Amino acid sequence: MSSIAAVGTEHSLVFVRTAPAPSLPPPFASTGVIGWMRTNLFGTPFNAVLTVLIVLFIAWAVPPLVRFLLIDAVWSGSDRQACLATVAQPHIGACWAFVREHLAFFTYGFYPIEGRWRVDIFFAMLAFGMGWMLWLDAPRRGLGALYFFGIFPIVSFFLLYGLPPLGLEIVDTSLWGGFLITVVVAVVGIVTSLPLGILLALGRRSQMPAVKIVSVVFIEFVRGVPLVTVLFMASVMLPLFVPPAWSPDKLIRALVGVALFSAAYMAEVVRAGLQAIPKGQWEAASALGLGYWQTLRFIVLPPALRITIPNILNNYVSLFKDTTLVFFVGIFDFLKTIEASREDPTWATPVTSASGYAFAALVYFTCCYSMARYALGIERRLGRSERR
Amino acid sequence: MAAMEAFDAGIAPHQVSREVAVDIKGLNKWFGEFQVLRDVDLTLRRGERIVICGPSGSGKSTLIRCINGLEVFQKGDLVVDGIPLRNDVKALALVRREVGMVFQQFNLFPHLTVLENCTLAPINVRKMPVKQAAEVALKFLKRVRIPEQADKYPGQLSGGQQQRVAIARALCMSPKLMLFDEPTSALDPEMVKEVLDTMVQLAMDGMTMIVVTHEMGFARQVADRVVFMDAGQIVEINTPEEFFNHPQHERTKLFLSQILK
Repeated sequence: MSSIAAVGTEHSLVFVRTAPAPSLPPPFASTGVIGWMRTNLFGTPFNAVLTVLIVLFIAWAVPPLVRFLLIDAVWSGSDRQACLATVAQPHIGACWAFVREHLAFFTYGFYPIEGRWRVDIFFAMLAFGMGWMLWLDAPRRGLGALYFFGIFPIVSFFLLYGLPPLGLEIVDTSLWGGFLITVVVAVVGIVTSLPLGILLALGRRSQMPAVKIVSVVFIEFVRGVPLVTVLFMASVMLPLFVPPAWSPDKLIRALVGVALFSAAYMAEVVRAGLQAIPKGQWEAASALGLGYWQTLRFIVLPPALRITIPNILNNYVSLFKDTTLVFFVGIFDFLKTIEASREDPTWATPVTSASGYAFAALVYFTCCYSMARYALGIERRLGRSERR
Repeated sequence: MAAMEAFDAGIAPHQVSREVAVDIKGLNKWFGEFQVLRDVDLTLRRGERIVICGPSGSGKSTLIRCINGLEVFQKGDLVVDGIPLRNDVKALALVRREVGMVFQQFNLFPHLTVLENCTLAPINVRKMPVKQAAEVALKFLKRVRIPEQADKYPGQLSGGQQQRVAIARALCMSPKLMLFDEPTSALDPEMVKEVLDTMVQLAMDGMTMIVVTHEMGFARQVADRVVFMDAGQIVEINTPEEFFNHPQHERTKLFLSQILK
């Protein structure tokens, strides 16, 4: 108190500081590891109980998982003998030898072995195009977009389906399978659902009654029906109405079904974003002479899409996992190839199924989590204008 | 207003040309059943500055929003810069290029920098080269005295600064007419001056202006004529001296007695 000159008595109403209060180091227990633990882990009795329970849960769940996936796992072998418990090795973990043996099937399905290089080129082209599009500071992104949305789909189609004049034999889509199918369905769905969804959302907000009604009916109808039903309708009912020669390929029907289905969901997500843009933004753009599409492109869509990134991503992740439903209409996607392989008598062991599913979980998780991380990065980057 | 004293010597006499900038004849507008504008007649010549005032709900904002087509009207004639404004998309696009507007809530584009806010329309509507648009934008940002904020986002600026950016943004389209819709009503008191100063400067440069405002000091100093509206009609049009010192209509007298206490 020596630095403060009190004016008047002890209960003075007037106060003038004559020297600044010195800044002292914080008490020991509030900083460092101990301080952090005190505030974050053991702040209240309830907090402390939760901390203990969670630590116990981790101690109970993680070690067996690590033992199964890594320590007791069998990494090599040519048949079921490798993955059976013996006296020497009573505990058998994941049978990665089985996964390794079937990896080609999981990747290509029944795609002919001599043509699999075509699928490899497709994967490489896809990775190249995605890298170009997803790396936001990449050079010549306009050219990248032309490649990814124009050249790549056409080349991929002939590469995967075949082009006899160039010596590429026709490979019927019923032979495609595994991760190839999952990737094709997911990429087509992801790339087409956002633009379609934006158009549907705009249609739903349109002043023109006809456009509005068509959009609303489409969105509500598709949302009111399960994806499996849409796929069944596409694969079973369509051929009843259309002559066989006109009826498109089974895979294409499933692709259209998935794309339209996710577009309807996307439309509602985008509409929420459009709703959040104040009317004043439209008015200011109009007053400056910008037209409807220019206003959308420069003023309305960038912030509207930015605030809906978490929801868009949510749709993409669920779309990626929903690709497994195409197996209901007889398409052999990644999960279905694993399903089929685990019944392979050469590898019949008690751990085969678990190993296959663990591998599936790992692959789906890797894909979905990468999407989530990437979206988070975009969100941060686009959030620059909110920095103060 | 103390802010105005610096300019109290008055604005240099300016030329009001014979040319008509805006011609409004028998304008009527309804929101559903409710009539918001009744037989409004008003002619604005090039170089002229008009201040519109009146109680809230009197139709002042609606009137100037009709001039650049943000509101449609049902009856009457409205000619802006020689272009008759009907529900014709082409005419509307032409008019909007020539008419700048400043809003009460600024309406800057929050995801674009100050500079991008200013260059967007010149580049995309006037098809101006990017470099030239940036030069023009910097010129006008200097004129509203915030060139150093060019690379910031609107959210990083004060209200007064944002409104000055909004003025610069409109000026970048080199409009022939500027509309101001209560430009200082959403500002903190100490920021009103900087925006009014900018508008006075603009008036001194000879811009044709229609200003909806309750800043009577500004009206006195800058306006050629003051328009008083009530219940969707023009009640009185007069020079600022006559309007403030010898209001004619009873409604005008009542309004002035309430705001000039």
